[in-house]
Amino acid sequence: MAKPVARRNCRNHSNYWAFAVHRISGVVLVLYLPVHFYVIGLAIKSEAALQSFFSLAENPLVRLAETILIITFVIHVTGGLRLLLIEFLAWRDWQKTVIAVSGGISLAVGLVFLFNVF
Amino acid sequence: MKVRTETLLWLAQRLSAMVLVVGAIVHVSTNIYAVRGGLTAAEIIDRVHGSTAWLAFYLVFAAVAAIHGPLGLRTVLNEMTPVRGRAADLVALVLGVGILWLGWRAAFGLFG
Repeated sequence: MAKPVARRNCRNHSNYWAFAVHRISGVVLVLYLPVHFYVIGLAIKSEAALQSFFSLAENPLVRLAETILIITFVIHVTGGLRLLLIEFLAWRDWQKTVIAVSGGISLAVGLVFLFNVF
Repeated sequence: MKVRTETLLWLAQRLSAMVLVVGAIVHVSTNIYAVRGGLTAAEIIDRVHGSTAWLAFYLVFAAVAAIHGPLGLRTVLNEMTPVRGRAADLVALVLGVGILWLGWRAAFGLFG
C-alpha cells in the first residue's frame, strides 16, 4: 500500500503558497475595509476629526504598518491578476513566473510608498 | 445553494476583481502621491470636495469592494471554518451592506 502523502509535501509548492498568501491577505483586507471607511468617514464631522486621526501617522511605527498594509493590498491585487489569468486564459507554463512577478511588484510598490512616506 | 447561484456569485467576484484592479492602481498611486510631505485631511478634502469625478470613482470603488470582499470571505468561511451555508451567507451579506454603507458615507463625506 502506498504511503499517504505527507501534508507538508502537498504544501511545499509555490502555487500553494500563492494560494495561502492570497487567502490571508484577502481576509486581512476585508476586515480592514470597514475600519478604513469609518476613519475616512470622520471627514463628515469635521476636517479636524480626520486630521487628528492622521496625526497618528506621524509615528514611524504607524507609517511602517501602512507600508505593510499597502504591500498586503498590492500582493492581493497582483495575486488576483494571476488567478484571473489562470481562470480566463489558456493554461501556460509561466505560472511560477507570475508568482515571482507578483511578489516583486508588491515589494517595489511598498518600497516606493516607504520612500515617500518618510 | 443552487449551482446557478454559485456560478453567478463566482462571476460577480471575478468581474468585481477586474474593476478593482483598475481602481487599486488609481488608489495606490494617489496614496503614494498624497503622503509626500505628510498626509493631511485638508489635502484629501481639497482634492475630492466638489469633484464629481472623484465622487464617482469612490462610489464605484467602494461598491465593487463591498461585492468582492464579502464574497471572498464567504468562500473562505465555507471552505475553512464551521461557519457554512446560510450562516456564511448571512455574514457576507451583513458585511457587504456594512462596507457599502460606510464606504458611500465616507465618499459623500469627502465630497461635501
